[in-house]
Amino acid sequence: MAVEPLRVDNLFCERDERVLFEGLGFSVSAGDVVRIEGQNGSGKTTLLRMLTGLSNHYEGDIYWGEQLLAECAEEYRQNLLYFGHQAGVKALLTPLENLHWYASMQPHIHVEKLEWALEQVGLRGFEDVPCHTLSAGQNRRVSLARLYLSTAPVWILDEPFTAIDKQGVATLELLIADHAAKGGMVILTTHHELAMAGTLRKVNLDQLACRGRAV
Amino acid sequence: MTNSGAGEMFFWGVLKRDLLLSFRRKSDLVNPLIFFLMVASLFPLGVSPEPTFLAEVAPGVIWVAALLATLLSLDGLFRSDFEDGTLEQTLLSPQPLFLVVLAKVFAHWMMTGLALTLLSPLLAVMLFLPVEGMWGLMASLLLGTPTLSLIGAIGAALTVGLRKGGVLISLLVLPLYIPVLIFGTGAAQAAITGLPIAGFLALLGAILVLGLVLAPFAIAAALRISASS
Amino acid sequence: MADKKWMPRWFYQLASPRWCYDITGKLLPLFAWAAALLLLGGTAWALAFAPADYQQGNSFRIIYIHVPSAILAQSCYMLMAIAGAVGLIWKMKVADMVAKCCAPIGASIAVLALATGAIWGKPTWGAWWVWDARLTSMLILLFLYFGVMALNSAIENQTTAAQSTAVLSLVGLVNIPIIKYSVEWWNTLHQPATFTLTERPAMPFEMWMPLLIMVLGFYCFFAVTVMLRLRNEIVTRERRSGWVKDLIQTQFR
Repeated sequence: MAVEPLRVDNLFCERDERVLFEGLGFSVSAGDVVRIEGQNGSGKTTLLRMLTGLSNHYEGDIYWGEQLLAECAEEYRQNLLYFGHQAGVKALLTPLENLHWYASMQPHIHVEKLEWALEQVGLRGFEDVPCHTLSAGQNRRVSLARLYLSTAPVWILDEPFTAIDKQGVATLELLIADHAAKGGMVILTTHHELAMAGTLRKVNLDQLACRGRAV
Repeated sequence: MTNSGAGEMFFWGVLKRDLLLSFRRKSDLVNPLIFFLMVASLFPLGVSPEPTFLAEVAPGVIWVAALLATLLSLDGLFRSDFEDGTLEQTLLSPQPLFLVVLAKVFAHWMMTGLALTLLSPLLAVMLFLPVEGMWGLMASLLLGTPTLSLIGAIGAALTVGLRKGGVLISLLVLPLYIPVLIFGTGAAQAAITGLPIAGFLALLGAILVLGLVLAPFAIAAALRISASS
Repeated sequence: MADKKWMPRWFYQLASPRWCYDITGKLLPLFAWAAALLLLGGTAWALAFAPADYQQGNSFRIIYIHVPSAILAQSCYMLMAIAGAVGLIWKMKVADMVAKCCAPIGASIAVLALATGAIWGKPTWGAWWVWDARLTSMLILLFLYFGVMALNSAIENQTTAAQSTAVLSLVGLVNIPIIKYSVEWWNTLHQPATFTLTERPAMPFEMWMPLLIMVLGFYCFFAVTVMLRLRNEIVTRERRSGWVKDLIQTQFR
């Protein structure tokens, strides 16, 4: 799973007349787990959305390998898994249907693995219940099951641990560390203290609001 | 890279999901149809129940009602996907976005346009539309309503990020509906008077083809713009 | 931007708000004088010297306002859509601003065209409003303007608003010919052969020359209003940049 590094260069973003970050630069290579830190409203989600290519309201450059992100968007998307602020789970569909829909969009996912993935996130027995009857944490787990399915090397995870119980968090952390060890890269935000503190790199947006370079 | 087989699978996957969602939330399916029926029955009450008058205005009334019913159903086209985050996932999928968009619009049309077309004979009878006009009306609806879904989807995509999109969509989309309305009622009226309707249907078909070619790109661009803020 | 190599230099100068502000400052008096002269001269010629129409007498003279405004309302939409497209493709902020300035101007000119059309309709057809093909097309054009303005004001984020309205106005641009054709067709079906003054054969020189002058005058006037609005928009958006602060210092001290 060799993957091109992601490089952020001199990124500037303002929202509603307020500078969120300025001169932000860092890079993420294969094997890295990078945690974006900052207070509420410091622009963590905004930054992650820029890194996925969803938002392009910034000045400065984001490179994937040698190319600008905007120029290789299609190829980049094949290598990307994004876990967003909203889980991306349809309440009227069952967990299995939700994953089927996701798999239809990601051609590299094997449909036979869907039930196994749901079992991994502890949703065995809930495969055929509509998601609106599940709890908030269970709904997020449906979306997290994608982590077990995906072969994409770049993971961008916005608050993946929200509403997940302690044991779930621990399993998830192992999964993330394992992904990085296999040569993937992970960029995430979270308010949880992570056990893998040693290997974790950090980008702090609070210090950047008043300029500076991170990492 | 995806091959055409995967693209096709993907198209049916999205279509199946949207149809499934509509069937799970039946009000989405039924409400525009009831609205269609209600609007059309306002005219006899509001203007005159006289059969000759109604027969004369029937094609126009049915077409306007179909137009408004389509508008009513548009706001939900992308909104629920936007709110629960599935739209983001769609935008980040490596599959071509115009295929998703086509599949979604196709599903929308099956739920509204096709259903309205099938329901239209009932309204035609209520409004004393002469029997000769029936086929013209249904054929024009069949060819015209997909265009309504396509154009409407542009409006829905542009307003999906706004809290109140409903009224705004109507403002954006209604002027663009006018050619379809004109040729649609034209076809029905021509059929009533026994004139050939092939020309109208050809025009409606041409507009539909133009819409099929251009609208998905506009919708896709609009979705990316709306999701970027 | 990868396209930088093949685009001419002025194109990139145009992208700079400051350069745009300077150049419009120089062009503004030029166009203002041209507009004043053309409009005054044209009006005088049209009202005093052009011969009266043999069917409608003097009431036809309103076409010297109606026709230029109708033409301008359409060109303005085109400019808005093209500027929007440039902004969308090359991410040029000035183009976004031009597109934004065009909408209210175009809408007011369309209203002018409709109002003069209605006034002209009273002596000609005996009613304030007639569903004539041209008037109906103009009405729909006004609706399109309303849509663009409503969308622009509904979206708070400036960039998103500019991009969204650009897409909408391009969709409108594709639709305008279809709308025109369909309305004309509809008109011939429902209102056989009312005469339209503007399409009559062989208008004599003394009649069309002032019309041409008025059209040119309207275009110059339009250029003036767009530039005024654009300069206003540039200064508002760039108010925190150094050159605008300097400008305010030197001009309003």
